[in-house]
Amino acid sequence: MQPIAEGLFTDETSPRLIGGRNRLTGALTFPRPPDDRYEAVPLSRTGAVWSFTVQRFRPKSPPYAGSKDFAPYAVAYVELPGELIVEGRLTGVAFEDIRIGMPVELTLVPLDPAKADSPLIHAFRPRGDGAAS
Amino acid sequence: MSDVYIVGAGIHPFGRTEGVSGLDQGVFAVREALADAGLEWKDIQFAFGGSDAAGAADTMVDRLGLTGIQFINVKNGCAVGGSALFAAATTIKAGEFDLGLAVGFDKHPRGAFNALPGEYNLPDWYGEAGYMLTTQFFAMKIRRYMHENGISARSLGRVAEKAFRNGALAPHAWRREPVDLDTIMNATMVSDPYTKFMFCSPAEGGVALILAGEKTARRMGRATIRLRAAAMRTRPPGSFEVFAPAISIERGGSATRIAARDAFALAGVGPQDIDIAQIQDTETGAEIMHMAENGFCRDGEQEKWLAEGRTELSGALPVNTDGGCLACGEPIGASGLRQVYENVIQLRGAAGRRQVAKRLKTAYSHVYGAPGVAAVAILSR
Repeated sequence: MQPIAEGLFTDETSPRLIGGRNRLTGALTFPRPPDDRYEAVPLSRTGAVWSFTVQRFRPKSPPYAGSKDFAPYAVAYVELPGELIVEGRLTGVAFEDIRIGMPVELTLVPLDPAKADSPLIHAFRPRGDGAAS
Repeated sequence: MSDVYIVGAGIHPFGRTEGVSGLDQGVFAVREALADAGLEWKDIQFAFGGSDAAGAADTMVDRLGLTGIQFINVKNGCAVGGSALFAAATTIKAGEFDLGLAVGFDKHPRGAFNALPGEYNLPDWYGEAGYMLTTQFFAMKIRRYMHENGISARSLGRVAEKAFRNGALAPHAWRREPVDLDTIMNATMVSDPYTKFMFCSPAEGGVALILAGEKTARRMGRATIRLRAAAMRTRPPGSFEVFAPAISIERGGSATRIAARDAFALAGVGPQDIDIAQIQDTETGAEIMHMAENGFCRDGEQEKWLAEGRTELSGALPVNTDGGCLACGEPIGASGLRQVYENVIQLRGAAGRRQVAKRLKTAYSHVYGAPGVAAVAILSR
């Protein structure tokens, strides 16, 4: 499966999002702007849920490229300590169990789980007990 | 510099009007405002106007009359109305003209606004992956606010309940039926914690205001409702805005806080002097957050304010007396001027069944929108 876009996350066993660090100001952004002024920086794999919601209706297409058979999905802003608060899907947790402050880690999920060639998007899942802080 | 007065106000009812274009709803509002002021179109010396999605305002001279008038189109997102009002007031203060028009109108398709990433300088994947929704952003913004400030879901419902109760009394509102709190709380969830009654919908409508300098207003016998301040401002660093793949961990202020601060300074009054307020309420949490951002209470006090009914028509600070965006819907180009229209009608004591009973002297209106703009107007009589 292919990433939904180039340069979003690293190609490693435990992928990380790729941020952009402004070479002049040091400020971080995500995604990295296509601009030499921004140095590519892998972001923290782990963080904590800062806020969240559940997308209960199918977004309009375009721009949405997910399945026609819609299933609600959770979306969160996740605080990567000392770096950024990043938006992403939440996976591997029941909607009613999501809490602000919940420790999570980055993973990749297919945009359309029913399709073998679905593009991969970034998501966060609860950290295992061993990893929870 | 001349003081500026609002000498005429007109509105085309908000909601859905099949077969009438957005522009024609604007024209209708202008005619209403002219009749209200006892003027004819040929009396108007200049105009600023706009819509977000219903075309260029200056083309309405076809309908109103080819008088050769200066007519400048305004395009400024959710701040169209506030920007037109600012421009018209400033023109009069500068002494260039003494009698002019600010007009806003719109007509949007049904359903949620459909934003595309390219329009916001965002990569395509952001929309493809399902993040390009204002409702989703608003839900996450209020969730964080509730967490930090102890606001309950029930307060989100109380704002909607008040909006529909007030809207039922406003002839220009779209939603004219009260909805009880339990129905609001138990309705279909759109984006948690918001149910379907807690979001406004895109809609249609038009509003026109006629402004005059002091000399003209006195000659007309209409130097009654004075525009004390009109300010439009943009966002500072660290504000939390729609369509953001990431935000800074250093959180900051908001366009609303800046616009409010500056408008109060211009008017020479403070939040304690305001008798009635129309506050941007595209979703119920927006009204709650904006009560604090505009300076009317501290973050978290809204919980108590709402439980005690302080923002009801009979309360200490009535908020959104015509039901706001929740009951009127949001035609972007007309929405900000609707708030000012409502304040004019309330200050005149002409609001009928929704008239606030206490004596009104100073009225406040606030609009907010993407990508972090706010406009505030303060009127007094």
